[in-house]
Amino acid sequence: MSLVLFIEQVLNGLQFGVMLFLMAAGLTLVFGVMGLINLAHGSLYMVGAFAAAATAAATGSFVLALIASLVFAAFAGVLIEVLVIRRLYERDHLDQVLATFALILIFSEGTRWLFGSFPLFLDKPDWLSGTVGLPFGIVYSRYRLAMILVGLAVAVGLFWMIAKTRIGIRIRAGENDREMIAALGVNISLLHTFVFALGAALAGFAGALIGAIQSVQVGMGEPVLILAFVVIVIGGIGSIKGAFVGALLVGLTDTLGRFLLPVLFRLAMEPSAANAVGASLASMSIYLLMAGVLLFRPRGLFASQ
Amino acid sequence: MMSKEALLNTALMALLLLVPLGAWFADEPFLITLTTRAVIFGIAGIGLNFALGLGGLVSLGHAAFFGLGGYVMGVLAYHAQTYTSLMTWPFELPGTTAMTIIWLVAICLSALLALGIGALSLRTSGVYFIMITLAFAQMLYYFAISWPAYGGEDGLSIYVRNRFVGLNTMDPIQFFMVCYGLLLLVLGLVWAMARSAFGLALGAARQNEERVRALGQKPQRLYLTAFVISGAITGLAGALFADLNRFVSPTMFSWQTSGEIMIFVILGGVGRVFGPVAGAALFILLEYSLGGLSDYWHVYLGAILLGVVLFARGGIYGLIAGREVAHD
Repeated sequence: MSLVLFIEQVLNGLQFGVMLFLMAAGLTLVFGVMGLINLAHGSLYMVGAFAAAATAAATGSFVLALIASLVFAAFAGVLIEVLVIRRLYERDHLDQVLATFALILIFSEGTRWLFGSFPLFLDKPDWLSGTVGLPFGIVYSRYRLAMILVGLAVAVGLFWMIAKTRIGIRIRAGENDREMIAALGVNISLLHTFVFALGAALAGFAGALIGAIQSVQVGMGEPVLILAFVVIVIGGIGSIKGAFVGALLVGLTDTLGRFLLPVLFRLAMEPSAANAVGASLASMSIYLLMAGVLLFRPRGLFASQ
Repeated sequence: MMSKEALLNTALMALLLLVPLGAWFADEPFLITLTTRAVIFGIAGIGLNFALGLGGLVSLGHAAFFGLGGYVMGVLAYHAQTYTSLMTWPFELPGTTAMTIIWLVAICLSALLALGIGALSLRTSGVYFIMITLAFAQMLYYFAISWPAYGGEDGLSIYVRNRFVGLNTMDPIQFFMVCYGLLLLVLGLVWAMARSAFGLALGAARQNEERVRALGQKPQRLYLTAFVISGAITGLAGALFADLNRFVSPTMFSWQTSGEIMIFVILGGVGRVFGPVAGAALFILLEYSLGGLSDYWHVYLGAILLGVVLFARGGIYGLIAGREVAHD
């Protein structure tokens, strides 16, 4: 009984981790290729969620909503890359932080102006609602299982693209030596726009998928963005493999911490106090994980240098 | 003959004093409170500027110290006003409503927190440092939300402002004078530290770490010291801010707060001693004037900030007094 519950929590942790990977992959690619720290990545996540909610409300189709999240987030990505981000590649990190912080303010208030302050809701489609029976008598939400599978499929696709395709070769070359591949005739500014739009689309897609189990509201992106930062600090900046391992570690630590710590403290304390202490510590657990990794591997688990 | 920068400093400090005095004569307490906010934000910005401008440490987590200062005030005053003890074992520790003690505790605890966060974050540099400081502030934010003893998500209200010997702190102009006095004190200290052997070595380490190491200094130790001083100053500002509002909530720990403190520094001009004060005053002015125009004033703030970063680097001081201090 308790084991079934535990496995369910592990699956929840996996689902959370896979979604974090979609966020972190874009961030780490953009940093790896262009050397840019992008705080507005959370805004692209929000754009995807709002585009999906609006499309679902207009057409009633969940698949169209997901496609809209990819298209709109990628479009917003191209727009800000061309107008603003491109001017920041040669600037120092302080300027990048401030300019992308300014973009957050503009995106958040702009969305509030367009959609109002009340949260929107994005419903799961009928064919993904309800539960599904897994081996060993585990019953799990069909939608969350689909999230895990879709997220893993995207991860595999991303690894394949970077390892095997021509565009992947260019991305890896861009990480190694920006000037050299420009000198070899690759259109570097087009490559930068593509990488940025790809990261934006992944973030928007994650926003839409999460939007169906949480509410879609202004400011939903930044908490996830900061978690994605923790993920890439743990994994090592610029490493897709690191982002994947880091995301799963963070997802599992957070979910299992919230589940196990109160149980653990209940062995020694009265239940209400145990829940309070357990919940407070659980909310800190991933940051403690990050601090632990920093102590032993200051540049992350899979640092490129 | 004063330099342009010294003239600007004098004008700024005179303006910050004359506006609330005028408002006091005209019986406009709201304007006094607004200026008090600018002064307190200015102190918070001076704190960040010590690490950012002088040491080149881009910390996006100074809300951690601002919030801790706020909670020090909240917790101490809460225990004093409810006549309970903070702890009873191993010794009894009562709360207090004396501002001076609250400030001291806020400064010491913020310095300790900065020592911990700094020691971990300074193992890395550059973009890692930005992300890690942001993450640690977020950790404290979630801790403040989930820890139920002091109000959790709802925050903690204090009904009477804390005491300062010989003053009625509930009177806006008297509380303003306390904050203004502290601002002068902090400005003087930072001015002196920036010109001390330590400040010069720190500035040199920002510009060229290798040479400083070759001269026998330890850059890491300089950075950590700067980060601790920086955190302590911002913690003091947090305690004052909570006292101004007579309220403290997890919002003080949020990433938006970190971002705003950074905006004060940038709007004013990175690396200038008085820069953050000018930046905070401009921020309050924008908030007040644009907030009246539109509910969505953050769009305009974002656009202005974007303009400053892309086209007018150096902030107000860079614009008026020319580029003397480069940040790199």
